Amino acid sequence: MSTMKKSFSHLFLPLSVMALLIIINLVKGADYFRITMVNGALYGNIPNILFGASELVILSIGMTLVTASSRGQDISIGESATITSAIFVQYVLQASEVTPLTIVVAFLLSCVGGLVLGAFNGTLVSIFKVQPMVASLILFTGGRSIAFMIDGKLSPILANDISNKIGTVIPGIPIQTPIILTVVFIVLIAVVFKTTNLRLYVETVGINPNAARLNGINPKKIIFLTFLIMGFCSAVAGFIAVNKAGRHDSVNLLKLIMMDAILAVAIGGNSLGGGKFSITGSIIGAYTIEMLNRTLLRLEIEPAMIKVFKAIFIIILMVVASPVARAYFTKVLDKVRSSNKRKESIPKDAHIPTTNIAVKKEE
Amino acid sequence: MKDISKSFPGVKALDSVDFKLRKGEIHALMGENGAGKSTLIKIITGVYEKDAGLITLQGEPIHFKTPQEAQDKGIGTVYQEIMLCSNLTVAENMFIGRSHGPVVNWKQMNEKAEQLLASLGIPASPMQELSSCSLAVQQMIAIARAVDMDCKILILDEPTSSLDEDEVHKLFELMRELKDRGVGIIFITHFLEQVYEISDRTTVLRNGKLVGEYETASLPQIELISKMLGNVLEDITKLKKHEPVVTDTSVPVFEGIGLSSVAGVRPFNFAIQKGEVNGFAGLLGSGRSESARAIFTADKVTGGEVKMKGKRVKIKTPLHAIKQGIGYLPEDRKGDGIIADLSVRDNIILTLQVLKGFFKPFSLKQAEEFADDYIEKLNIKTPTANTPIRSLSGGNQQKVILARWLLTHPEYLILDEPTRGIDVGTKVEIQKLVIQLANEGMSVTFISSEIGEMIRTCSRLIVMKDREIVGELRGTDLTENDVMNVIAKGGRNA
Repeated sequence: MSTMKKSFSHLFLPLSVMALLIIINLVKGADYFRITMVNGALYGNIPNILFGASELVILSIGMTLVTASSRGQDISIGESATITSAIFVQYVLQASEVTPLTIVVAFLLSCVGGLVLGAFNGTLVSIFKVQPMVASLILFTGGRSIAFMIDGKLSPILANDISNKIGTVIPGIPIQTPIILTVVFIVLIAVVFKTTNLRLYVETVGINPNAARLNGINPKKIIFLTFLIMGFCSAVAGFIAVNKAGRHDSVNLLKLIMMDAILAVAIGGNSLGGGKFSITGSIIGAYTIEMLNRTLLRLEIEPAMIKVFKAIFIIILMVVASPVARAYFTKVLDKVRSSNKRKESIPKDAHIPTTNIAVKKEE
Repeated sequence: MKDISKSFPGVKALDSVDFKLRKGEIHALMGENGAGKSTLIKIITGVYEKDAGLITLQGEPIHFKTPQEAQDKGIGTVYQEIMLCSNLTVAENMFIGRSHGPVVNWKQMNEKAEQLLASLGIPASPMQELSSCSLAVQQMIAIARAVDMDCKILILDEPTSSLDEDEVHKLFELMRELKDRGVGIIFITHFLEQVYEISDRTTVLRNGKLVGEYETASLPQIELISKMLGNVLEDITKLKKHEPVVTDTSVPVFEGIGLSSVAGVRPFNFAIQKGEVNGFAGLLGSGRSESARAIFTADKVTGGEVKMKGKRVKIKTPLHAIKQGIGYLPEDRKGDGIIADLSVRDNIILTLQVLKGFFKPFSLKQAEEFADDYIEKLNIKTPTANTPIRSLSGGNQQKVILARWLLTHPEYLILDEPTRGIDVGTKVEIQKLVIQLANEGMSVTFISSEIGEMIRTCSRLIVMKDREIVGELRGTDLTENDVMNVIAKGGRNA
């Protein structure tokens, strides 16, 4: 029981924000959840959010890991994704005929690119101990120029049938492809967490790197690994983004998305100072941000003013979620609880074994 | 002239401590870790506020609320770590934060710095960048910064720990110069020889209580040591003396030859037999922890070789050491031991999990079994195995770390201060456990600042002083006096 409560408590913030946004949307119009079928695929507010947030969800998963292990953020993710997708586009464009194999090879190449970029940032952070933000500032500054050099020209068009299907829908499947890809990615990450000690190692390194080292974990390797994963996430996000757009715009592709990714991590209840983390929280956080963006659009706020409203919303959110406010809420909650549950708590304490000096026999 | 006296009743770090510093004397403040030295200093310098008591400066009662107030009254402090900006010039470092108003008169500042440096005989020029000075000179500049203004009291907290002998002497000359000017100096160090060389009086604290104030010259070293350590008269029932069950003495479980590390231990030889419990005895800073860390490669090892059961092995990282069957419970439980935000369960399985491998996670069920098993065996008091370790008491946290190592079934376990800061009951439990483990064939190194504890548990004591081994004691009828004698007599200066 207490385990359930515990694992749920950190999701309280993102879920309550989401609930609040849904209420606002329902007030605006009761048809918020309406889903329509267009050309055999489902459309509507919710599918649009799932569709729009694909890249952000994937990137915020990587960002969560980087934050947890290195206690800092990678601000070059949009640029990394732009570079990897430039590699993807170039490979596809040079092919005489675009087959599914072409796309797969191009995607794998872009993943290699992502890993190289992740290794670059990871080396700076883990070996040279550069602050993550400073280390990734290099790619943030130069990344789009590199992508432009790979492109060779402004905005090459990705006009093939397969790309179009990846970016929109595959006939016969009612759900838009980016949504499916995102789900596949999340499942993949879930499997990784299930079959490895990634969580234990990353959290240990993020909480106490000294103790990690003394217990046989190499903090450098773990931090490097999270940056590699970040690079892979960037490649996947770049792949989805460029297929969605149908062309490779080196200047604007996923521009400033790291801000939203960092925000998603924070909304997800994760400390930006590293340590314990919740991927689920970040994923919900990412969808919440997309929902917020679309809510503001739906409320017909002037496009020029949207950023202001978003900023105000985030300020309120961050104050509510700040340690100071949280400590206050916990205090209030404890008071309420202790006055309610005084009777219950007494037998609970009695369960704790009493002091027994004798040490139990060991086999 | 200058009488600071203060007392505070209470449960906290200091319990009704009086302290007197006279004009123009160098007063050593002595005590082991947790004795209350730094708390006392922090109250004098206004970092903490006292709970109760009275501080007077030249007869006037004073009450500092901030460090700035203390500074304004002429109390300067120099800490162990040099807190200066190495990329600024000497003069800038001396006057930074001192100027009134936004405009800096560079010329005047440099002139004043030059005067001060010359008057104190510090070999540095005001325009020099600080990083180009030696550590000792940097330390002196920090002192110059502190004594600038009308300084009445100077507090030196471990100023010599990073200096070599020559540099220490230069620093001492400066201290004598200041003393002749009537500055009262409080000197904290763990180098006993230095206390005798420079200080006029010594005040000893232990466990937050005043042991006494003495004329340094008339206090024999052995008495000073015993006053610092105390005759630990705990209500520990006579633990059954550990009889070493060393069955095979031909090949030691662990043998280190000429080990040295970046932490500054002089190369030492050390070996331990199967089923043996030994201890590294010595005062804080004697090298007892540093040696343990060198064995486990917690600090980078700079030389020497290691044999496990007679075979030469390469141990370069803690992981190698763990794989060779060495366990190490670190001295600094918070900084090096616990993973504060993780659950008791994760903290217990951590090392075994690392040994098993990244791609082979324990199932939750398996992990819970391990955790529950050791929570019961070691009598760890925690609401659930899922509780974050940070919410446990110190003694229970320590047991969790112990459980972590026992779970890996090491052949050789190093326990560095396993009993520090925990309640007496748990202390006894841990000592009993150590003896029991040894009886089962584990080799254990047990380090404690309470010599009585080590005498009860260890069959062999290796005595350290000033970062080298100065003696070895065996036998079942050792007393604390024997150990103190070796400490007092050992060393190069004795």
